[in-house]
Amino acid sequence: MVAKRIIPCLDVKNGQVVKGINFEGLREVGDAVDMGVQYARDGADELVYLDISASREGRHTFAGLVERIALGIDIPFTVGGGISTLDDAARLLDAGADKISVNSAAIADPTLISRIAEKYGSQFVVVAIDAKDIGGRWTCTTHGGSRLTELELFAWAREAQERGAGEILFTSMDHDGTRAGYADAVYARMSEELTIPVIASGGAGSIEDIRRVLSEGRADAALAASIFHYGQIPIPALKQALRASNINVRL
Amino acid sequence: MIAIIDYDAGNIRSVGNALTRLGAEYELTADPARILEADKVILPGVGNAAEAMAHLRERGLCELIKGLRRPVLGICVGMQLMCRDSEEGPVQCLGLFDAHVRRFCETPDAKVPHMGWNALGNLDSKLFKGMKGGSFVYFVHSYYPGLCPDTIATCRHGEQLFSAALKYENFYGTQFHPEKSGSVGAAILQNFLAL
Repeated sequence: MVAKRIIPCLDVKNGQVVKGINFEGLREVGDAVDMGVQYARDGADELVYLDISASREGRHTFAGLVERIALGIDIPFTVGGGISTLDDAARLLDAGADKISVNSAAIADPTLISRIAEKYGSQFVVVAIDAKDIGGRWTCTTHGGSRLTELELFAWAREAQERGAGEILFTSMDHDGTRAGYADAVYARMSEELTIPVIASGGAGSIEDIRRVLSEGRADAALAASIFHYGQIPIPALKQALRASNINVRL
Repeated sequence: MIAIIDYDAGNIRSVGNALTRLGAEYELTADPARILEADKVILPGVGNAAEAMAHLRERGLCELIKGLRRPVLGICVGMQLMCRDSEEGPVQCLGLFDAHVRRFCETPDAKVPHMGWNALGNLDSKLFKGMKGGSFVYFVHSYYPGLCPDTIATCRHGEQLFSAALKYENFYGTQFHPEKSGSVGAAILQNFLAL
């Protein structure tokens, strides 16, 4: 049986991992490579690095950083943020990324998913979806949740799978940042409807939240950021607790 | 010197990165003279087995690899090329390991590709020195080598038990990626380097 995965997510700007604080600003929390190495040692199963720099210069710095990450860490990692062309994906693959994630650009042009998957394989393509509940209809958003689209979450997830996505990383914008638990029921339905793995993101506040989304929520992986960055939940303790609850995790 | 065979078979940079982390020197090469001089040879590979086999043939490396007498390690598709044949094509392979490579059947509890961390069993080689059964390693593949007399480690995906590693004389192969398997993978690579 493939183990359920624990994935710390690192938002990167100018080589530093940053974390937003109530929309007011960004706080630097550490060096991107050093933090990745430490997470790998602690037993993280995979890492996600998101480039949140907006400029062309920032993107260039990020590709160099991906090379250093690939040299430094010995577990798989995904990179995302601003990938909108096949060339962007190719550059990150060459730099050593194991997977890339596409979000807004895939909504703007769904063929991006199939083009990357055909060239580099489905295992290389993670489709990230940000959605919120609008009057009972889960609606996809772009640009960090600020813009609504017409797409319905489950329909878009199925289309992404058909176009060759290897995994779906779904973030509930209603739960993100609340630390009150993941959108368990939504993940359970998504796992039921899809054959590809589902990564849960948004809402982790406790070990119990993670246990629930991996069991009742049937997610294949749980992603979180701040609870790991600030040491609130140490990964070794988390994994011991999950194993004690009979969840198949790598120890 | 460790030679990593460079034959245009996908992204193989991570194998070199792993050797660098272990402090080992390597050369990415398709030069027969350099491969013959190497103390150890690694045959990596990602992607389609039939295409990878064609690249190996174009470079005239098939007979050379079969004739190597020093330790050789095939990784993922590199290992599949060292088996008898593969359904992915189908294609005749090097025939160093007595195994056929088949595609996984997709079932609700065995998604294809088999991707992620899974546990090893039935460890039986110096490659796994110091390790216990149940150690987790990282897999990404849709085709697998069946069980055979050369099997030195097994893994289960759904109902299917398959060879996670193979050995015949000086030839070793892992279906998983030791270069992406954390400290367990590093130990396996270290054991290979110490052969």
